[in-house]
Amino acid sequence: MSTRSTASTEPTVSNKGQGAVGKALKGDPDDRTGAGWFVKGMLLLISAIWLVPTVGLLVNSFRTRGATNTSGWWTIFGDPSQFTVQNYGEVLQESVGGSTLAEAFVNSIVVAVPATIIPITAAAFAAYAFAWMDFKGRETLFIVFVVLLVVPLQVAFIPIVNLYSSLGIQGTFLGLWLAHAGFGMPLAVYLLRNYIGSLPREVIESARVDGASHFTTFVRLILPLSVPALAAFAIFQFLWTWNDYLVALILLDTARLGQVSTTYLAGMIGTFGEKEHLLSAGAFITMLVPLAVFFSLQRFFVRGLTAGSVKG
Amino acid sequence: MGEILLNGFVAIVAGVVGVFAVFWGLNTLTERIGGTFEEKFKPWVFFGPAFLVVAVFLIYPFFDTIRASLYADRFVAGERPFVGLENYGRVLTDSETWLSLLNNVQWIIVVPAVAVVVGLVVAVLADRLPAQRESVVKSVIFLPMAISFVGAAAIFELIYKIEPGSREQTGVLNAFLGLFGLEPISWYENTLTNDFALMVIMIWMQAGFAMVLLSAAIKGVPQDTIEAARIDGATEFQTFFRVVIPQIASTIVVVLTTILILVLKIFDIVRVTTNGRGNTQVIANYFYTFFEGGNYGRAGVVVLLLVLMTFPFMIINVKRFREQEATR
Repeated sequence: MSTRSTASTEPTVSNKGQGAVGKALKGDPDDRTGAGWFVKGMLLLISAIWLVPTVGLLVNSFRTRGATNTSGWWTIFGDPSQFTVQNYGEVLQESVGGSTLAEAFVNSIVVAVPATIIPITAAAFAAYAFAWMDFKGRETLFIVFVVLLVVPLQVAFIPIVNLYSSLGIQGTFLGLWLAHAGFGMPLAVYLLRNYIGSLPREVIESARVDGASHFTTFVRLILPLSVPALAAFAIFQFLWTWNDYLVALILLDTARLGQVSTTYLAGMIGTFGEKEHLLSAGAFITMLVPLAVFFSLQRFFVRGLTAGSVKG
Repeated sequence: MGEILLNGFVAIVAGVVGVFAVFWGLNTLTERIGGTFEEKFKPWVFFGPAFLVVAVFLIYPFFDTIRASLYADRFVAGERPFVGLENYGRVLTDSETWLSLLNNVQWIIVVPAVAVVVGLVVAVLADRLPAQRESVVKSVIFLPMAISFVGAAAIFELIYKIEPGSREQTGVLNAFLGLFGLEPISWYENTLTNDFALMVIMIWMQAGFAMVLLSAAIKGVPQDTIEAARIDGATEFQTFFRVVIPQIASTIVVVLTTILILVLKIFDIVRVTTNGRGNTQVIANYFYTFFEGGNYGRAGVVVLLLVLMTFPFMIINVKRFREQEATR
């Protein structure tokens, strides 16, 4: 992550005449970490504040029903008898809005996988056209995608519910996939076109000279070369669709097809009371997939964010 | 459960194979026809589906929402009669509209700014740590980005909870107040604290995003400009504010606007916590209450207000794109 470390190797220049403030920031020249007490203290404090909410949830998910109802999660450290793993088994079979969490979890996968692959495929083809094919109105059409980057997706709901109802696909997975594809498309096309457009011209042209069609060039050459950009967008879109609540709320018939993890969790938050002790375990289960994706593929995710920070 | 798994598997395969089949089929078709038609039509095969999808899900809806906003909320004899600007009058004279707008303004002033400050502080300070520790700190700040808004609301339930009467406080903040003998606060109901309590959730989620982008920008600042300032006797703070900040200004603007646009549409957090009670209403949730009740006329007007607020950013994006293209 660090591309430079001059702070500790050139103390004579960087710490000259800066007194206490400089020392607190840069650290003692003899300290090999290069960070002073101020830096370390601040980072420790901020990290602690940022971590406490999630840790609290995780700890709370392992506490007995009696304990969660009467005391704070931190009391487990003084009273280990509060510990239990029962909540996890119980919440998976707990029914909220007609679905168990296990079913909602499966549904989230059913929603998120095609809702990621459909737009990424269509966007990659489009990005290739915008980068490497000549046609009239190419730039104008691309600008349409740039404009659409910030359009709030709320604008789609009234028309799409009407449209879907008349087509008979309101409430279906297909409808939800297509809507997610539409909402994710501007960013996907924008990101991928920037990446595919920056591939070396000679490579593409030599393939064309060898008689490869656009389709072959795209499938055999462009797709493999674009894996980093495709991965970055795929992670982005997958997290977005897995974590989506609003679109599922409006376009998925949860009574017939079952809940997804976010609508399940929202339902759980809404019905406090005797099942409150299951909320933490339930919430944590819904976060498992995004957290796993996030930690294993963080590098790609960061790259995607850095490249595409214009999304609406 | 077994049925859901099977259906899910079939659905995924159908969806994924389907999209490939569409492209393969269209491409084969144009190649069969061949000649100048193939040359002319090929680009459309490639970008057509993507364009069709945004046309159906973003462009057409914009115009259809304008149409919907001109028709009545309620059905009369099986149809929504045309009412002209009546819905606009009703929405714009409704005090809840102005409350929502005011709250949205509050959100877009506070959240992007605080997220950027936190992100910047972490990016700058963590830059001074050894690489491995830097990446640990960054992961901690970044982690909430992977969590859904609904999940975040569940997480913060444990922070903001209040127990009635003299019961032991189980929420972090109220237990903390109790340490100093202070009365517990109902964070979501108290109108002084509720907006900020909700904003804190969003800041918690977005600071990592700001940090990642700003960190990349800071690492891109040429080292010799910093060294030059130090040799000239500038303090650390002067170097930061006069040398580093100006060089990352464009990234700061990008981060601010990206978070701002996200905040403009804030819905989930408000929906599952206060649902707009206690003067916490925001535009997107206000829209949803109309939508949910089948009041499509007024819902349409509220959406258009939201779209109107994004217009400046469309213009900025296009301008920035044109500049980028000019330097390509």
